[in-house]
Amino acid sequence: MDLEYLLQLILNGLFVGSFYGLVALGYSMVYGIIKLLNFAHGDIYMLGAFSGYTLLTIGAGVIGGQASIIVLVVIMLIAMVLTGTIGLILERVAYRPLRSAPRLSVLITAVGASFALEYGIAVSFGPNPRVYPVGLGNESFTIFGARLTYAQLAMMLIAVALMVGLDQIVRRTRSGRAMRAISQDPKACLLMGINVDSVISRTFFVGSALAGAAGVMSGAYYGKIDFLMGFIIGLKAFTAAVIGGIGNLRGAVLGAIVLGLLESFGTAWLGSEWRDVFAFGFLILFLTVRPTGLLGERVTERV
Amino acid sequence: MSFVLEVRDLVVNYGKVEALRGLSLTVGDGETVSLLGNNGAGKSTTVDAISGVVRVTSGTITAFGKDVTNAKPWDLVEMGIIHVPEGRRIFSRLTVHENLQIGGYAVTDSSAINQRIKQVYSLLPRLAERRAQQGGTLSGGEQQMLAIGRAMVAGPKLLMLDEPSMGLAPLMVAQIMDVVRDIREQGTSVLLIEQNARSALRVATRGYVIDSGVVTIEASAEQLRSDPRVVEAYLGK
Repeated sequence: MDLEYLLQLILNGLFVGSFYGLVALGYSMVYGIIKLLNFAHGDIYMLGAFSGYTLLTIGAGVIGGQASIIVLVVIMLIAMVLTGTIGLILERVAYRPLRSAPRLSVLITAVGASFALEYGIAVSFGPNPRVYPVGLGNESFTIFGARLTYAQLAMMLIAVALMVGLDQIVRRTRSGRAMRAISQDPKACLLMGINVDSVISRTFFVGSALAGAAGVMSGAYYGKIDFLMGFIIGLKAFTAAVIGGIGNLRGAVLGAIVLGLLESFGTAWLGSEWRDVFAFGFLILFLTVRPTGLLGERVTERV
Repeated sequence: MSFVLEVRDLVVNYGKVEALRGLSLTVGDGETVSLLGNNGAGKSTTVDAISGVVRVTSGTITAFGKDVTNAKPWDLVEMGIIHVPEGRRIFSRLTVHENLQIGGYAVTDSSAINQRIKQVYSLLPRLAERRAQQGGTLSGGEQQMLAIGRAMVAGPKLLMLDEPSMGLAPLMVAQIMDVVRDIREQGTSVLLIEQNARSALRVATRGYVIDSGVVTIEASAEQLRSDPRVVEAYLGK
């Protein structure tokens, strides 16, 4: 295999991985803070794509068919606020009443929420795919023989900026400290004067907003969206979170990059129809061989 | 004397189990009150109820003249009612410094937080040495110091300590009690829950003995030290 091809595979993997990463972060944040696998998270990504679609359709008359990256970023930010709010409402309505219920009940509720969102969109927008009203340009450049479009580069940079921003929030701010503290001991957090419910709401908002951003970017890049588009990427994000160590945010990003690269190389060798088989094979492999993931905490807690 | 805390006829049920059956106690301004009793007597339930972590079935809790029965824990923290829980409950994967910062979560004035963290470091230099270490790497005694330091950053007016001496070596217990004395001398009212009656009664001014969810003896620390029932049950011969 020549070097240029290798580099191309790496770039493709990083590009797909940055999408997975944005979605995986929300998965991992929510798991970290309330130990819930939010299976509706992929559908928040789908809602992000539909929010962007709706906003762009409304705005199409104003901006024309070819959206500049700035317009798209503004649309993305609005969609992030929308999906963030939806995530927050989802937690309020579906998960908070079950806070002290067995974890299996909450998990089943999450699956129910996922279907509700999917078929809610299917009813309102119709079951057929919608075509995004704007396309991104195809102009590309080559680095060492590998091809990358400017749109891909811009989206990767946006994803990295969002990830770094989140990392800084979680590591340095008062809210971020509270999130980390709640993931360790929610009852002790009450005694610190932390309004645990409101921090959990904030976590859902931020995680859902990131998924929404990925949804808009995906719609603009691939051009087509449908009500089931969140299903597979939700599972992929879950896989990425597991590979990195679920609950660990840097792990989620690392897991997403690893998964993106694995898929990129896997499809190059086996053919693209094997992509999902390959990805979920790795999920099973990690769950059996290293369930704590690459960066996961060891689960030995001092009593 | 004006009371900072007044608990009247407190009843708390866990399902069908009556943990507290009409318990009453008071803490006066600047007082250090000790709550003694065996395992399962209802000591921890009492503080959990005061800090809003468990629901009160009946009875009233008044703090600083305000009815705070079943108030939200974060509102109580904002009022200066700070609870250092049994088993320390420090955040083992946050650094020592972050643990202290979390202690000041409810404080909006960040310069006050930094000022208090500085005070904690000068009072407990061991914590200053370990400020960048994760909480979980500290020894048991250091973790207790951290739990108390974390509470001090919140600016307590009433500090409730649940079994701070649990599982610690005698020398460490003495150090913890010194810290409690320092806190008291700054004018903070203290409610000290202990099984270790000997050291608790050395710091406290007054005490209650509770059994099966009710107060059985109330007296000054001095009287409790010589009360034959207390001597026999909690101080040994």
